[in-house]
Amino acid sequence: MSLFEVKNLRKNFGGLAVTDNVSLSLAPGDRLALIGPNGAGKTTFVNLVTGHIKPDGGSIALAGEDVTGLKARQRVSRGLVRSFQVTRLFADMTPQEHVALAILQRDGKSTRMFGRHDAMREVVEEVGEILNLLGLTELAHLKVREIAYGQQRLLEIALAMALRPKVLLLDEPAAGVPQSETARIERALDMLPPELAVLMIEHDMDLVFRFAKRVMVLAAGAVIFDGSPQDVTQDVRVREAYLGSYANAGSAA
Amino acid sequence: MAVLMDSTLPTRRRPLGTLIGIAVIIAAGIIGYFLFPNNLALLTRIVATMLLVLSIDLVTGYCGVATLGHAALFGAGAYGAGIVSAHFGITEPLTMTLIGAAAGAVAGLVSGLVILRAHGLPQLVLSIAVVHLFHEVANKASGWTGGSDGLSGITTDALLGLFEFDLWGRTAYFYGIALLLIVFVLLRILVQSPFGMLARGVREDPIRVAAMGASVHSVMLRMYVISGAVAGIGGALNAISTQVVGLDSLSFTMSAEALVMLVLGGTGSLYGAMVGTVSFMWFEDVVSAANPFHWLTIVGALLIVVVLFAPKGLYGSAAAFLSRRRGGGK
Repeated sequence: MSLFEVKNLRKNFGGLAVTDNVSLSLAPGDRLALIGPNGAGKTTFVNLVTGHIKPDGGSIALAGEDVTGLKARQRVSRGLVRSFQVTRLFADMTPQEHVALAILQRDGKSTRMFGRHDAMREVVEEVGEILNLLGLTELAHLKVREIAYGQQRLLEIALAMALRPKVLLLDEPAAGVPQSETARIERALDMLPPELAVLMIEHDMDLVFRFAKRVMVLAAGAVIFDGSPQDVTQDVRVREAYLGSYANAGSAA
Repeated sequence: MAVLMDSTLPTRRRPLGTLIGIAVIIAAGIIGYFLFPNNLALLTRIVATMLLVLSIDLVTGYCGVATLGHAALFGAGAYGAGIVSAHFGITEPLTMTLIGAAAGAVAGLVSGLVILRAHGLPQLVLSIAVVHLFHEVANKASGWTGGSDGLSGITTDALLGLFEFDLWGRTAYFYGIALLLIVFVLLRILVQSPFGMLARGVREDPIRVAAMGASVHSVMLRMYVISGAVAGIGGALNAISTQVVGLDSLSFTMSAEALVMLVLGGTGSLYGAMVGTVSFMWFEDVVSAANPFHWLTIVGALLIVVVLFAPKGLYGSAAAFLSRRRGGGK
């Protein structure tokens, strides 16, 4: 039995199939990259899977449990966590507060109305470990609005780690990050727990090839390729789907 | 654990915010008493309004909920405390205050359930509808509330059996200051707690909060109930000190003025709420005495100046200025 099973997922927007019978399964430790030209329906797929929009058909199961009817937050508490294509962070709060909040939420303590997170030893220690792992220790007390975008992306990964998911969906973790800093994102992704199943959407092909053990290609809402990173560039249908867009630009980058 | 050595976070000296706040409230209370011994009724009204403005800060400043109907919660507390005294003979002031808090909390739950269904402008409109409904109910149920004549016949025992509520309003004033202190300390604990942090998260990005697995709606509703209790205490204080409850205590005007006071002082700090209330009501009192015809114009002009030149409010802008100056050294 696989850890994460999506079957025949469908979604139409005004007659247009943006997700067309997509199925996929993930086992613990999987590193899957979902790629495809712009408008292929990658982000819609993530939104469907995480419960931000409702599918027209199909099912989603996590660890054997059907979660298709559950709300986004209920899926999170069962271990299905996502990051966002454009960072969604609390501009007026510090990295320390972000990670502490994620830890408290994970442990069911986020609605406590007394005590302070920075006085709870086990929380402070874990926050310290996670921020240190991602090289964010020095920024721990700055407001997020004051730190660089690349570092905000790292903080998004830190939040995902703090939630200790079973399945993690990364929606373009390196989007908007200057080329010089993608190495840090890559290192951060390497530090994700080995047993975690990761599905990553990404345009940066170098990152895809280094990170993924398996690649799926989405075009016009349908899966047109599912296989190893070595084979994807040879595939005729993939080349067709990308032709004239950025197949060449991607390999040049 | 090897990582621990490096992972100790740089500690930041926490300002003794709560202690300073307590000291300032006590000092201001004493100074007010000696400076305006003949005006204690006004000062008590300021304290009661402060509790209302603090309660708006909880939902607006911490959770980002827009409301122009918060006097409904204040009025519920005032009528709750007033009705049990006038109709049921419960005249013990602490009990009356607790009943006011409970009535406010229930009103907070009811109006929260309605208002939180919507977002943005529709939410604002719903909040206005709610306060009008509360107002109409109080107006129609005149057997209980006295309708437009106001609820009279409120009597109160001596506080703790020792201090009679005197004609000068001394007892009511000190009782108000004591309530404000208790509420302030409890709210400081609340806003610094994990729940307070979660609420700030809701204000900044509800989608991120949901992506962490928390229920945005439940956070806002809980805060609404707490906010209702705080406003209810303010209402009860008003009922106890003036011994009458009028329909104006759950009016749209009062809701709007209280929101203005919050914006004037600055949202999301508790201090801003208190500074804004004192500034607004003191200014209103001075200006209306000096120029009874044009005072509203002057108040309006002051607001425009503050919003244009200190958009974070009086306290918010001052705090930001101070932290910039302090931050310049590092």
